Amino acid sequence: MLSNFGISSLLLTLTLSLMIIYYSFLDLKISNQTIRKKIYKLSLFQITLTILSLITLIVAYINSDFSLTNVYENSHTAKPLFYKISGAWGNHEGSLLLWITILVLFSFLFLIYNSNHEKQYRLYTLIFQNFLIVGFLFFLLLTSNPFNSLFPIPTEGLGLNPILQDPALAIHPPLLYVGFVGCSIYFSAAMASLVSRYEGKLFAKSIKTWVRISWCFQTLGIIVGSIWAYYELGWGGFWFWDPVENASLLPWFAISALMHSVIVLEKRDTLYSWVILLCLLTFTLSVMGTFLVRSGILNSVHTFASDPTRGTYILSFLSLMIFSSLIIFYKNYKKKFVQINLQSKEFYILVNNWFMVFFLFTVFIGIIYPIFLDVITQAKISVGPPFYNIIIIPLVVPFLFLMAIGPQSKWIKHRYTNLYKFLLLFLVSIVMNFLIYFIFGSYSLLSNLIFISSIFLIIHSAIDTYQLVKKKVKFEYPRIISHLGFGLLVFFIGINHHYSIEKDFNLKLGESKKFDKYEIYFEALNMKQHNNYKAIVGSFKLINIKNNSIDFLNPEIRIYSNPETLTYEASIETKLTKDIYLTMSNITRSEYYNIKFQDKPFMIWIWISALIIVLGGSSRILGNKKNEN
Amino acid sequence: MKINIIRISVFIFLIFFIIIMFVGLTKNNNYNTKNLVGNEISEFQLISLNNNETFFENNDLINSQFTLINFFASWCSPCRLEHKYLIKLKEENKKIKIVGINFKDKKNNALSFLKELGNPYEFIAKDSDGSVSVLFGVYGIPESILINNEQKIIKKFIGPINQSHYRELVQIIN
Repeated sequence: MLSNFGISSLLLTLTLSLMIIYYSFLDLKISNQTIRKKIYKLSLFQITLTILSLITLIVAYINSDFSLTNVYENSHTAKPLFYKISGAWGNHEGSLLLWITILVLFSFLFLIYNSNHEKQYRLYTLIFQNFLIVGFLFFLLLTSNPFNSLFPIPTEGLGLNPILQDPALAIHPPLLYVGFVGCSIYFSAAMASLVSRYEGKLFAKSIKTWVRISWCFQTLGIIVGSIWAYYELGWGGFWFWDPVENASLLPWFAISALMHSVIVLEKRDTLYSWVILLCLLTFTLSVMGTFLVRSGILNSVHTFASDPTRGTYILSFLSLMIFSSLIIFYKNYKKKFVQINLQSKEFYILVNNWFMVFFLFTVFIGIIYPIFLDVITQAKISVGPPFYNIIIIPLVVPFLFLMAIGPQSKWIKHRYTNLYKFLLLFLVSIVMNFLIYFIFGSYSLLSNLIFISSIFLIIHSAIDTYQLVKKKVKFEYPRIISHLGFGLLVFFIGINHHYSIEKDFNLKLGESKKFDKYEIYFEALNMKQHNNYKAIVGSFKLINIKNNSIDFLNPEIRIYSNPETLTYEASIETKLTKDIYLTMSNITRSEYYNIKFQDKPFMIWIWISALIIVLGGSSRILGNKKNEN
Repeated sequence: MKINIIRISVFIFLIFFIIIMFVGLTKNNNYNTKNLVGNEISEFQLISLNNNETFFENNDLINSQFTLINFFASWCSPCRLEHKYLIKLKEENKKIKIVGINFKDKKNNALSFLKELGNPYEFIAKDSDGSVSVLFGVYGIPESILINNEQKIIKKFIGPINQSHYRELVQIIN
């Protein structure tokens, strides 16, 4: 029943999208300035049906309706309700349905909220967006239908991979999808802008908010994914330069560049072609990321059950997108001479874009090169953290300095009068760097530079805030918050990276061990029965000899029944100044347990600073709303 | 019409990129080495974990009727699970030799791992950066490859060796 309902609502959505395209083309020929009511109605109908089909799938998951192959393969009756719901998008088919829902949602919202812009431009945006919707609907229906039915109906499902049963991971895909798929709307808008010649400031105004919304969601999605990796994977890290993590960074670099350069277009009416290119690039990279992850061409923790036909479809669609957008771009491209003063805000923003493009290329090459090499020479290599660290970290240093100075400059022409302030702050940062050096101990030259530059950015932002509060200029707050967040992020990552303590040893019940400034006691071992897993829980007492503080830690070994899997749950004691991280694993034929201990300073501040970056972005969106009203 | 070199090169690059991706897709066996079964193993040279002067090469496979190459690491918990079967295999079967490749691990950790669980290996090779394992088509550990004295790959075990794998192994050997 649900299967039929789901499929028919998807088919209806498809029909509606085609109708929207048809009526929009008709409406283009009519020369009044209002879009026909009919198109609004069709769009409303389209979004209702799409959401309905997503709800249908969620209902199927809640009721454990195993007549759907998708539910059978990814769910189980014993799963808690929360994970039944999140299970709906925790697999390839369901997540693609979510993807389409967001495409339609943005199409609808863009139509409604941009009524003050030119009709031709809005209609073309709608047309291009609906072409994308049709493309992805075909993809869903032809290769990965979540509503495929199964007969005879099984009584029990196969279950969801236990490492995916985590609150952070339940919200990670929706956040990331709003971020990635949200880019589609300014991909369509950019195409529409080229075709309808709706250019310059007005175009920038129409996409600005959408760019910021999707930037916030992308950033948040990436952070949540990273938090999940830290708490769940049990490796004690938060970023592994895994090819799939990197694939999510590519559109992020493009969108961060876009978010900055769109301001130049709005204020100074230059860089139009570059902004258009970034709009096209951002969504293209999002789709490419999806292709890399879903086709099985990359292997990593994110790989869904891969299927070459899906890969072929997305790749064909991707090539269609790339070539049609490029052809439209070149057809409408007008060479414009851009004059930008070396000491002006627009120049600094351009420099920001160069950095972003550089980071983007570095990561792109890191992902693509092994695939190229494998296809051409059959050699298999893997590109790991050293590659990224060597190439990216040194460039972060000047990037941070420019991030501090750039926003202070004025449009068109600026003279940096505050050389004195610059030198003073620089000196203060150096002094503070050496303070850290004496408190914590030694590290490399590059890290010194990273610390100096990040401290510089932090102090600079703090002083800026002070001055703005005095002058009561509210407009600059979001920018300062984001830049400050970035400075803090780099700073805490640096500290965390250099001053983590790691220890690996074996203990048996009743034993204790002394190392560095810690003493650890293995006090008890208990068995606990949970709804969908059994757990062996260890009780450890950790004494910090230096300040005599005591912590109790309880790492677990979980045995999930459906499907039978062993996972090791870290016990993490989060404090303001550090995280203590303990995992234990059993050693066969022995009463010893292998204990991994990590002391990670300022771990929580990494998350906080990353959230500050998002806070800056989102406060700009909300602030703008107020200004417009 | 004027020919624009930049545009043409952009298109050529993109076409090249997409062709490569399509080719990459069709050979979707990227890391799936199961289809290597039945093939002869390629030439290799393993360097001992203990010193840099002892080697294990293709020729050394002749000395025993079967060789099981096992990829392991001290940080890998499933490796702990399979270890008892490796010990049993060594103790109860004379026709097989086990060679261990220590994947992305520190030497001291590996040695204490073996001290704790026992050492089933005839030869332990080092692979601190994982490059040797890549040559064997291994993408995750534990993984084991069974080879006969004609250098042919008989079977691959992806994931930890368990009771049923063990039985299968003993059947093949005898």
